[in-house]
Amino acid sequence: MGARLLVRALRDPASVRHCDWNALIGAARAEQLIGSLAFRMEGLPVPARVEEIFEAARRDSGHQRTQALWEAEMARRALAPLDVPVILMKGSAFHAANLGASVGRSVGDLDILVPKASLDAVEAALLGAGWEHVKDTKGYDDDYYRRWMHELPPLIHRTRDRMIDVHHTILPLTARPRPNAQALIADSVALEGGLRILAPADIIVHGAAHLFADGDLAGGLRNLWDIDRLVREFDMPVFRASLRENAQRHQLAPHVRRALRLAQRLYGTPVDRAFAGRFTLADRLFEARLLARNGWGQERAKALRFAFYVRSHWLRMPPLMLARHLWIKARG
Amino acid sequence: MAGPTYIADPEGTVLGVELDGLTALFHAPSGMTHIVAPPAPQILDALREGPADAAELLRRLRVHFEFGDDEVIHARLDELETAGLVRRA
Amino acid sequence: MRHKLALRIGPVGFRIGSAWRAPLDALAALYAGYPEPEDGICDFTVRLEPERPWRRLIRPSVAIRGDYILPDAAPLSFAHALLAAEMGMNLQMALGHKSCLLLHAATVEKNGRALIMTGESGAGKSTLAALLGERGWRLMGDEFALLHMESGTLLPFPRAISLKNGAIRVMEAEVEASRFGPRLIGTPKGDIRHLRPNEEAVARMGEGAIPALILFPRFGETAAVRGVGAAEVFMRLTQASTNYVALGRSGFEALTRLVKTIPALAIDYPDAETAIGLVDDFQRELAA
Repeated sequence: MGARLLVRALRDPASVRHCDWNALIGAARAEQLIGSLAFRMEGLPVPARVEEIFEAARRDSGHQRTQALWEAEMARRALAPLDVPVILMKGSAFHAANLGASVGRSVGDLDILVPKASLDAVEAALLGAGWEHVKDTKGYDDDYYRRWMHELPPLIHRTRDRMIDVHHTILPLTARPRPNAQALIADSVALEGGLRILAPADIIVHGAAHLFADGDLAGGLRNLWDIDRLVREFDMPVFRASLRENAQRHQLAPHVRRALRLAQRLYGTPVDRAFAGRFTLADRLFEARLLARNGWGQERAKALRFAFYVRSHWLRMPPLMLARHLWIKARG
Repeated sequence: MAGPTYIADPEGTVLGVELDGLTALFHAPSGMTHIVAPPAPQILDALREGPADAAELLRRLRVHFEFGDDEVIHARLDELETAGLVRRA
Repeated sequence: MRHKLALRIGPVGFRIGSAWRAPLDALAALYAGYPEPEDGICDFTVRLEPERPWRRLIRPSVAIRGDYILPDAAPLSFAHALLAAEMGMNLQMALGHKSCLLLHAATVEKNGRALIMTGESGAGKSTLAALLGERGWRLMGDEFALLHMESGTLLPFPRAISLKNGAIRVMEAEVEASRFGPRLIGTPKGDIRHLRPNEEAVARMGEGAIPALILFPRFGETAAVRGVGAAEVFMRLTQASTNYVALGRSGFEALTRLVKTIPALAIDYPDAETAIGLVDDFQRELAA
């Protein structure tokens, strides 16, 4: 109930004139969409208490934006002497480029993409500028991370207490699709000041990858909302062509197509029907999983969730590696 | 004393409030609050006249203040840089 | 959620959902007389849930969940479910409340003027505030002081007072039994008993007050009073605030204005009666 109400409110804010406000707010908070919702509903007649809650959410959103932009700026200062491309990703990128997808968007960690060859230098520069390793970097987890993951082990800033994730590609090296990191970097777009973001089509490819290939769909409603906002901002024939092309190039066409179908289904996103294809039976399972949140913020549909959880690990690593990983975890 | 050139954020981006001998600073670009002691606020004011290296800063500061030890300025600039209140050009 | 309860504390409306009925019955009894959230709209959701589905009935343990969650928090035993509800509400405030500047402080009011008592946990602020609340002062809150940033006034948040160990006996001697919750033994913080603020505190939970004095009380020394400089007060209050950082410029302006306009004293007190005497003296001086 909660998630369905949330999706309806985002898609058509004027339609939720009388609703269970507690359920809407509870679901929005659970899905990290309270900021986006608050901005979507700005100016519409809602009960006074609801307006206060939304107003507080809009203000907090502005503060998160300030913090996200500042983290990006401090990373820029630390990495400027290296003269390597530093590409912002996810929420930080939306804010830095002032995209429509940044409205109300909460941001946690700073995510950046850098060339694989520069990883050591980037890590050293960040450590020199006040960031530290989060986990104990000894033994299995650190080795595993560095060898197979698409990012450095996370770093946290000593005084600001904010995390930075340094990626060198957008999917773990153990996953089946193998995106072309060099192409992502070559096609990236410069922002004023020196930082960069991915090309519009690649932002969506990354979103789709992140949504389906990298996780168990947790946070899916927000990822799809990002995709909805991005597609609406960029939509035009040239963009549609580059989206198709880049999705193929990064071996992520099925993911992008599914993301477009689900965004269209939930949020009415105007998608390239010829590319996206028809809504499938499997899509219905994904949709059910995405909407498995009630008005109290609880996740429902346990069996479905478990199936997706197993799937997410299956996708991250081939079966033998998964067995080895679980064995070592059990022993350790 | 050649060294890096520093830049401070423009007027209006930092709010300062005197609190019995110390200064509380609100730095709008970061949303962070810092509590600083002299000569930090004076260094920031001096930098607002334009980018400068340590030698130039000392020259500007000496117009208004007594400045004993030259070396002190390097430590203060490092702290201000770490805090994000100044950056290198 | 199987069972639910909604209540309002000061300007904040909560809804608490629970897999078990007993904790909500205890919560409703503790908060007897408290109003419902305005228009039924709740600022925060708290959920008391079993850690795993089968733990609802078998060796039940209570996980604290809601809008805002501490990811690695250990669940509480079922016997302490009321404590879980209280902790859940505190957590929502600490992590989610961003309308007023939150100070970790007890506040009491007399004649429209408020006293803010802040300092380390265990310094006895809650007990002092509870006692003052029975000695002619109105208790506005024992845990969170809400500073309304635009106006500079304090808003009440009269949650049930959390009394620990020795403080329980002190208040049992002062206050009638019907205002207490059950005695919770062997919690991570020792023995705890909750105390409902008196009728006046509940009735006036919508009435703010102008801050007049900040106190840093410290228990266990010989009586002493000293002034505290504005810079030190500012630093200590930001450390005592869970949401200062999230409030940006408004928080900075409100807090600097507070520390520049009202005096602050550190008091050492050997016993509660001495502290109360000092507080009454200050109040008379300020009112004069």
